[in-house]
Amino acid sequence: MSDDPVLFIDVRIAIEAFELAVKHELPLTGVTALFGHSGSGKTTLLRAFAGLERGAQGRIAFNGEVWQDTSPSRVFLPPEQRAVGYVFQDARLFPHLTVEGNLAFAEQRASGRGEAIERKAVLARFGLEPLLARHPSTLSGGERQRVAIARALLTRPRLLLMDEPLSALDARRRAEILPYIARLPADFGVPVVYVTHAVDEVAYLADSMIVLSEGRKVADGPVAETLARLDLGPATGRFEAGVVLEASVASHDHVYQLTELVLGQAALFVPLIDAPAGTVVRLRVRARDVALAIRRPEEITSRNILEGKILEIVEESQTAFAETLVDVEGGRIRARITRQAVAELNLTAGVNVFAVIKSISLAGGVSTVVAAADGDV
Amino acid sequence: MPELGPVLLTLALATITTLLLLIIGTPLAWWLAYTRSRFKPVIEAVTALPLVLPPTVLGFYLLVLFSPNASLGSFWVTVTGTTLAFSFTGLVVASMLYSLPFMVQPLQTAFEAVGREPLEAAATLGASPRDAFYSVAAPMATRGFITASVLTFAHTIGEFGVVLMVGGNIPGRTKVISIAIYEHVETLNYGEAHVLSAGLLVFSFAVLFAVYALNRRAPLHVG
Repeated sequence: MSDDPVLFIDVRIAIEAFELAVKHELPLTGVTALFGHSGSGKTTLLRAFAGLERGAQGRIAFNGEVWQDTSPSRVFLPPEQRAVGYVFQDARLFPHLTVEGNLAFAEQRASGRGEAIERKAVLARFGLEPLLARHPSTLSGGERQRVAIARALLTRPRLLLMDEPLSALDARRRAEILPYIARLPADFGVPVVYVTHAVDEVAYLADSMIVLSEGRKVADGPVAETLARLDLGPATGRFEAGVVLEASVASHDHVYQLTELVLGQAALFVPLIDAPAGTVVRLRVRARDVALAIRRPEEITSRNILEGKILEIVEESQTAFAETLVDVEGGRIRARITRQAVAELNLTAGVNVFAVIKSISLAGGVSTVVAAADGDV
Repeated sequence: MPELGPVLLTLALATITTLLLLIIGTPLAWWLAYTRSRFKPVIEAVTALPLVLPPTVLGFYLLVLFSPNASLGSFWVTVTGTTLAFSFTGLVVASMLYSLPFMVQPLQTAFEAVGREPLEAAATLGASPRDAFYSVAAPMATRGFITASVLTFAHTIGEFGVVLMVGGNIPGRTKVISIAIYEHVETLNYGEAHVLSAGLLVFSFAVLFAVYALNRRAPLHVG
């Protein structure tokens, strides 16, 4: 146990046939993702943090301050006394108030226990000045969520809880708002717990993650490590499973509109990004976008081929596929390949392979992506 | 020129009944809207009883209860020195029971439409439950409050059977419009009956029209 502030949780919640039981020490820094499929209990757990689940049994303590403890005494701080911000999936702006009224509602009741967050800074950050006089019913989904996040910040929370705030938005709006969320801890000094079932959001936002499945914690740890684990199976997503890598910008090629990145000693190419050389960017590589070769492939369109060694292979006896983890310089890459290929190429732990990466997406660290990363490089 | 006494008395009765029912009906409607108690259907049924019972039945039981021989009646006599039966206070009590569903049901519907979600949001923004009621739930249910008040007021004005049983026909104390009309007809004074009846008819239509027009109007960012 470290001395860093933590949210200690040891809760059990029974809702009809479903039972959630999670014990964890959640770091109160950066962004922590609560990740799981629908029905895994992640939203219920988040609601318990806020005090919205009255039936929750057990103990929750914020940096030593007891929020609830059901035995032996009965302590239960109601939501309004916990000084947390909560952003709901459906925004929940008050329909009888304007945007300004919604923000004022939060400001007037601000706990004063969190960071001194200035209205001006929040309005500027979320571009809300032009919306102040509008009613929530006239806002787009993205605008509503920006107002909801701003409103939660203006309560000066000690912890910001976000429940899939982007799930109702299309890909473009999500991409617009994600950078705002990623910078919340740095800009406003508030730690964030972010509930999501989208691996790309975890890759983009989170520093650490907790994986929930059927009401239980199945894994937790830094995002890069956790996403590289093969033993979690479907809990970290089959189709969307993949790893996070950190590379730095080396140079730009304006003729071909490519940016060269360096990962360890190897070069990677992505569509041109607007970031100076040396900038560290986060990349996401999905397992299904990686093929493995015994010899370095030549005369191939993929520009991104990394040499490495197989660390682990997990075959899925019920499907055609096997998950492999490859150690490359500067990180680990997952590849989802067929079991037949594993057998025919005699792939096993320790074999040297070349990972052919068909698609890389930027997962964060850059402010603007000049070229939309459509198409494979 | 119609006698003004019954008109003023009726307006006073309806106003007092509506105000008192707002105070009593709001928490009851709130409880019914948000409770998960298994007693909810029982309370709902009791609340709705005045809708289906003949007013004479309600009036009869109240008369029995108000009697100085009954515990409520004797308690009232001990405390105030007067009887509840055949008094204005007795009429108010009877009207409140008689009009209860007209206050509670629109409010309950309005609170149910508000739902738990905005209240949870208010709590996470630092609002206590009382604060959340006044600053979120009540404004969002404004139209429910208007509908409930108007219907209660109008329904109280139109009551007859309960008044006749509990209040009788005492000028200045219990003689409301509907009773006055009845008396005019009994005494073949059709002219006066026409004036009061037409007045009630126009009033009732205006009230209902206002309620329906209000409900038809676009939600103007509310509810």
